[in-house]
Amino acid sequence: MNSIEQILQNIRPEFDFRTSSDFIEEGLLDSLDVVTLVSDLDRTYGISIDGVDILPEHFCNLAAIEALLAKYGVNL
Amino acid sequence: MKFQFKDKRIAGILTILPSHEMTFLEEMENYNSPVNRSIKLKETMGYDRHRLVKGPVCVSDLAVHGLEYLFQQDLLRKDDFDALILVTQSPDYLMPPTSSVIQGRLQLKTDLFCMDINQGCAGFLIGLIQGFMLLDQPSIKRVVLINADVISRKVSPQDRNSYPLIGDAASITVLEQSEGAGIIHANLKMDGTRREALMIPAGGFRLPSSPETAVQVPDPDGNSRSLDNLKMNGSEVFNFVQVEVPPLIEELMETAQLGIDCIDAFLFHQPNRFMLQKLADKMKIPYEKMPSNVVEHFGNSSGVTIPLVTALNFRDRLFNKQMIVCFAGFGVGLTWSAMCLKLGPLNFCQMIDYPEPAIAPFKF
Repeated sequence: MNSIEQILQNIRPEFDFRTSSDFIEEGLLDSLDVVTLVSDLDRTYGISIDGVDILPEHFCNLAAIEALLAKYGVNL
Repeated sequence: MKFQFKDKRIAGILTILPSHEMTFLEEMENYNSPVNRSIKLKETMGYDRHRLVKGPVCVSDLAVHGLEYLFQQDLLRKDDFDALILVTQSPDYLMPPTSSVIQGRLQLKTDLFCMDINQGCAGFLIGLIQGFMLLDQPSIKRVVLINADVISRKVSPQDRNSYPLIGDAASITVLEQSEGAGIIHANLKMDGTRREALMIPAGGFRLPSSPETAVQVPDPDGNSRSLDNLKMNGSEVFNFVQVEVPPLIEELMETAQLGIDCIDAFLFHQPNRFMLQKLADKMKIPYEKMPSNVVEHFGNSSGVTIPLVTALNFRDRLFNKQMIVCFAGFGVGLTWSAMCLKLGPLNFCQMIDYPEPAIAPFKF
């Protein structure tokens, strides 16, 4: 399990994020979970995700989150 | 839209907070959410405790309590102001205006301009702009601006999106003419196409309250609310603030010909700590210049949060000294507004409680 999966699992331990293609649409994360996720990603990777990037499409699956982190120079 | 005001000042600020306090931990079991998830949310958003009215306490009760305090302490004279503006989203009645209720309860003079403004989180700025415009009239020497809301009465306790952050409060801000006070710059924008991002769907004439509108309905996130309750699209509001507020501040700074480093404090509306820190990061404002400690102590009381963050953090300093501050409010409407001005020394800058057990709510 990579760090992003670990962070997601800490937020919603009852779900398996690897089997979901859209965390938001399938109800694994709501808007407040996304806020918690951003806070955890900021802290873990030493970045500050810009508020304008906090949109559902950037947090809907692992690939989207990885792409967002890459924008902030995070090499996974 | 840009505004400019000359020779006007804020003379005093008083905040009035209900003494009844509830903590996030006490209310956590109301939410359809596992404990660890709620705790993480508490830490991220800065939720801890909030002040709420109990029972039938209304906006005019908080306002009258505050004005009586100012009269008793001789900080304001009953016949020494010419306009009373009340900004609220939770009026005592649909009619008459609650400003008239306050005027009548305190037996204020009839030669008084009273008006209600229906505004929320940008309501302090809207009130200041309106108040300063009134001060351009030679007959108006002093304006009392009241911001007050008891919106917790319209929020479902089972709504994890809104209830933990909501607070009730009132503030009284005295505005007056002041020769040599200099220029105050402000700007304001509104976008009614996004009006449904923050709304109470029922209770007006479009959809009157009824047994049907009172039915609690669960949403996909596990929150439960009725059409009589506040409904907030958290993602849309968050994105609105992050997209619209930084350029608004930039425009204001350009107009005022000031840099970020010239401002002593950015006193912004207080939705939650996370949103404010993201704004500060974006605008490269040090956190210590943008306090975000209102929600954790008192909750988000709409238009009152700017006077509240001012009094909470700077009441001693402002009693003796002058600061250059930038106010900003953003929310329902959608509305966003900012103002840059010299603040202080103030005649008063205080916080008082509304002691609910001791004062019976007003009866018609």
